[in-house]
Amino acid sequence: MVHRNHNSHEPLLEPGPVTVIEPRTRWRLLDFKELWAYRELFIVLALRDIKVRYKQTALGALWAILQPLTAMVVFTVIFGRLAKIPSDGYPYAVFVYAGLLPWTFFASAISSSGNSLVGSANLISKVYFPRLIIPFSSLGAHLLDFAISFTILLGLMVYFGVGWTVNLLAIPFLLVMVMAVALGLGTILSTLTVSYRDFRYVVPFLVQTGLFVTPVIYPVSLFPNKWQWVLYLNPMAGLVEGFRAAVFAAPFNTMAIGLSCLIAMLLLIIGVAYFEQVERRFADII
Amino acid sequence: MPRAQNIPAIRIEGLSKKYFIGKTGRRRDTFREMLMSALSATIRKFNGYRSGPGEEREFWALKGINLEVQPGEVIGVIGRNGAGKSTLLKIVSRITAPTTGRIEIRGRVSSLLEVGTGFHPELTGRENIFLNGAILGMSRQEVRSKFDQIVAFAEVEEFLDTPVKRYSSGMYVRLAFAVAAHLESEILLVDEVLAVGDFEFQKRCLGKMSEVAKRGRTVLFVSHNMVAVRNLCSRAILLQSGKIIEAGSADSIISRYISEQAAKQGAVVDLPPSHDKAVIGQAICLCFYDQAHRPTSYVRIRDSWFISLKFEILKPLSNVVAAVGISTIESVPVITYWSREKDLEPGTYRVEFECNVPLRSNDLTFAVGLSRNGATFYYENNIGRISISEVATSDQPFRSSGSTLLWSTQSSEIQRV
Repeated sequence: MVHRNHNSHEPLLEPGPVTVIEPRTRWRLLDFKELWAYRELFIVLALRDIKVRYKQTALGALWAILQPLTAMVVFTVIFGRLAKIPSDGYPYAVFVYAGLLPWTFFASAISSSGNSLVGSANLISKVYFPRLIIPFSSLGAHLLDFAISFTILLGLMVYFGVGWTVNLLAIPFLLVMVMAVALGLGTILSTLTVSYRDFRYVVPFLVQTGLFVTPVIYPVSLFPNKWQWVLYLNPMAGLVEGFRAAVFAAPFNTMAIGLSCLIAMLLLIIGVAYFEQVERRFADII
Repeated sequence: MPRAQNIPAIRIEGLSKKYFIGKTGRRRDTFREMLMSALSATIRKFNGYRSGPGEEREFWALKGINLEVQPGEVIGVIGRNGAGKSTLLKIVSRITAPTTGRIEIRGRVSSLLEVGTGFHPELTGRENIFLNGAILGMSRQEVRSKFDQIVAFAEVEEFLDTPVKRYSSGMYVRLAFAVAAHLESEILLVDEVLAVGDFEFQKRCLGKMSEVAKRGRTVLFVSHNMVAVRNLCSRAILLQSGKIIEAGSADSIISRYISEQAAKQGAVVDLPPSHDKAVIGQAICLCFYDQAHRPTSYVRIRDSWFISLKFEILKPLSNVVAAVGISTIESVPVITYWSREKDLEPGTYRVEFECNVPLRSNDLTFAVGLSRNGATFYYENNIGRISISEVATSDQPFRSSGSTLLWSTQSSEIQRV
């Protein structure tokens, strides 16, 4: 072994952080410190997704306004006016919009995080960083759309004479729970997609059917009381109802929201644990 | 060497990496296949079988690698394609996990495994600098403080706000390398980044690399460019089939590698045939031989060597001339060889040129042209690649100054095969 630079100008390498690379151990605890160290990458990747989404579009960010408004109008005409779906006595437009707000966020978040790993194959096979950043940042990018849609909601409430109340303050909490569900499902789906491309087709299916088993276009009260619990097994059901209660200053169904939170946390833990399990093999199988 | 103050920057012990290659060479990509194979495995287990022979083939990309790299050392990793060079870098950079063994790394690691990783075509040069910097592990602050240097190095000032999808490939690569090159880390892993860009830029990259090396950073450098390895590295390891077969001074390892390469590597470049009906003749393959008429893609400097061009003629043609042009990989034309004119009937022909002009050590690439009555009907360039190695037959390397533009009409005859 050749020893060079033994003299005085040898760079004094401080015995800095030691990284140990070893075969994958069966279970590894989530390395929060490392994730935190890479927080800038998380932001940069989320910003990239946002920027890219509206590049070379004529309307640009206007799309973020047009999409939920169009959906609201169509749903109001078809389900509110023609199908006459009840809306617990609230204006149907605001009723459906308040449901679409969390649902659209959830749907777009799991769609993009489900595909995020495969879509970032070139990154995964070329650079190291905590891979969890990929599905997380793809969800982060949708927060901007959510913020825009939420602002529209506030406007709609004024227009339809629905007063702003302190109940609105529950929305950040509810949003965090929606994010937890989306992250949990998103990490599970994206991890599965790495090995089995089948799950690419699962996501659109999930989103499509999910819209109908979640009380987005109809109220939970449409269901007979003793069957409502089945609906609430879907974690998004309690959260969407929660959003509505926040908008219309109705009492919160704490049982339903509590159950949603429980399922959300469970999904998140399972998702992250499974992700961590497969993470170090990603580069080999992607 | 157990000296306390001499803690290696990288210590690799018993490192192995195993891949599984499926029976049919394809992965169980869909869920159904996974279910089926899980089912059959269960049945086999139930029947008391171990996993059947030939079910899945093991492939050791690396086996039992031991290596210590001292801080400030620049080590060249050389070997043929598939020897495990890239796998080694991938494990050290934590992209993939080893199967067995252990690596200890002291210091921050950055890797240039492929420049431009994470570049997004829709984003502008400016946006990509920040994006790429973050992916490579730089903080926003760090990128900002080096931004001007990066832009100056890449020479893309005017195009900073243009999406990189509109960049020429040269600009793209320059920008990508510039970002990566300004990364501050104690340990740098480099894989073939120098195989890109024009000649001037390659020189700058090499310059930057040696600057990095001189500043006391530890570098693992994978390359096929022996001149670069020789210039940058003090030590080198030679990998073959996943094992280090020799470690030592860069010069001795390179010599061994080149002589093995010259002996093994067949240097035949097949040219893809065109199925166009309008084709009246086309080249089939280009081969390179050394003096002993062994195919080679490495030529020792000062040795003469042979180029053989095989081509087919599909219609009777008069006054056919076959030509082979040699240029450096930086596209500097060096010399062109022409055959004598000949009237040809349909058939396969061959022409051989002896190349005996002194060329400086370099990588060369070729162009092939066929013409009749002075009009070219076939032309392909950037074909094949051979290296004139600086490691000469004698110990004293030979350098001729600069490449010269030569025009040579040789008396080579076209011969029917």
